[in-house]
Amino acid sequence: MNWTFIIFSLVKIAIVIGVVQGLVAYSVLAERKISAWIQNRVGPNRTAPPFAKYIPIVGPALIRLGMFQPLADGLKFLLKEDFTPGGVRKVYFWLAPAIAIIPAMLTVAVIPFGSTMGGQQMVIADLNVGILYTFGIVSLGVYGIVLAGYAANSKYPFFGGIRSSAQMISYEISMGMSVIPVLMIVGNLNLSSIIGWQATNGWLVLYSPVSFFIFLIASFAETNRLPFDLPEAETELVGGYHTEYGSMKFALFFLGEYSNMIASGGMMVTLFFGGWTLPFWGLDHAATGIGMGFVHILIFLVKMLLFMALFIWVRWMFPRFRYDQLMDLGWRRFLPLALANILITAVVLYLKVK
Amino acid sequence: MIVDRRPLNFWERLYLPAIIGGLKVTVRHAFDTLFRHKVVTMEYPEQKWTVPVNYRGAPYLVKDQEGSTKCVSCQLCEFVCPPKAIRITPPAASKLVADRPNAEKMPLEFEINMLRCIFCGFCQEVCPEEAIFLQKDYSLTGLSRKELVYNKEKLLALGGTEGGIQKWKNKLEEAKSQENFPVKV
Repeated sequence: MNWTFIIFSLVKIAIVIGVVQGLVAYSVLAERKISAWIQNRVGPNRTAPPFAKYIPIVGPALIRLGMFQPLADGLKFLLKEDFTPGGVRKVYFWLAPAIAIIPAMLTVAVIPFGSTMGGQQMVIADLNVGILYTFGIVSLGVYGIVLAGYAANSKYPFFGGIRSSAQMISYEISMGMSVIPVLMIVGNLNLSSIIGWQATNGWLVLYSPVSFFIFLIASFAETNRLPFDLPEAETELVGGYHTEYGSMKFALFFLGEYSNMIASGGMMVTLFFGGWTLPFWGLDHAATGIGMGFVHILIFLVKMLLFMALFIWVRWMFPRFRYDQLMDLGWRRFLPLALANILITAVVLYLKVK
Repeated sequence: MIVDRRPLNFWERLYLPAIIGGLKVTVRHAFDTLFRHKVVTMEYPEQKWTVPVNYRGAPYLVKDQEGSTKCVSCQLCEFVCPPKAIRITPPAASKLVADRPNAEKMPLEFEINMLRCIFCGFCQEVCPEEAIFLQKDYSLTGLSRKELVYNKEKLLALGGTEGGIQKWKNKLEEAKSQENFPVKV
């Protein structure tokens, strides 16, 4: 172990966590704004610190866009009374929010968010088993929700927890299956080498669009987003697994959900859309200077934010699936489709090699 | 009644055309909101409802065309007020005279507690002088209970002028002419 590695890793971890949390805060704002636009409303446009309106031109525009809303939201969550309802199972009740957010944050660790910068690779952990690690961690995410449902000791959260466990386990299988063709094409589990392969051969979405399609829909289900938000269906289950939670503990579930969205957006960019590369202007090889490093990080963030926008957009357009339809879609449509996809990819690869 | 359930065709079973249709609808709405200002929200403090003519808002005291107080402190409104929101202090000992010719009295103090007022309009209906009217204000806000007890000065300032009859204006001439009746040659 050398010290520079540890120090640089810690710096990267701090920056990545900061950026992800900031993005989470502002994606909540984006969610509210985009939903407002889709529904012909205005959205948050009032909250501002007192000095903001005196900044010429920029200030009023920022207030109009609700740019200070996340600060107020965060402050509200921090200052609210941390109430523990009477009937809950206390240990699990306190444990569940932490278990919900930790896997969401851990997933980000293996995603390469840039090429190099000052000789450092822009990824926290360049694991050789990158994708397997991601799937391992993502599947832990269900425990937070199930535990929250169990700990609340009340029926609606319990339903929410049960639904979510069934849903996440079902969709994890098709999600995992959908990525296998990608791995077969690239022949490597390391996410950096997957990006490297895409830089020379073109984006994987062109090679395996069915994989991308299944992965996209499964990640909607994994992050409990709207077409599949049965665990927290307000109209059916009050609030689902977080009904009994308030203040910062509720906020942690919220952060977990949005961090999951960011992580799955990042995974999709990395696996199917070439990560930090762009196929033109020579942006497809590792940066030499710091400026280029920044450009690469920017490219990655823009791609990821496009996926976030898609997540939000889809949420405000779709009605919720019925539970049996959800299971039908997961097991009887996507699983066979993913398996067929693996088979066809394998055959094509075999014929190519021959 | 038996509903005829037509089996879905291939494209309908695939869901994808429906999904794309949905995305188009939402994008169209977002585009309308952002670029064509088709917003259904009324941004309240800046924009307000235009209330109908017969709207019953907060009751305020009014002045006549010549800018003098119309109220003569008869206390009918105080009497009729169902939630007892009006409180009038008559001039009595203070010897305050009305600020217009020929009127006997005007109130020393006239208070309406806007927290009690139910905007029923009885005061307007009962007033023999047409001195109090329910006007169009509907959002009365204050930081304390005290602030929402409106005094005479405030009520007159908010009420503005309301023309109509000037009952007392020619009273003196009328009285004189009556005294002169029958006309002496």
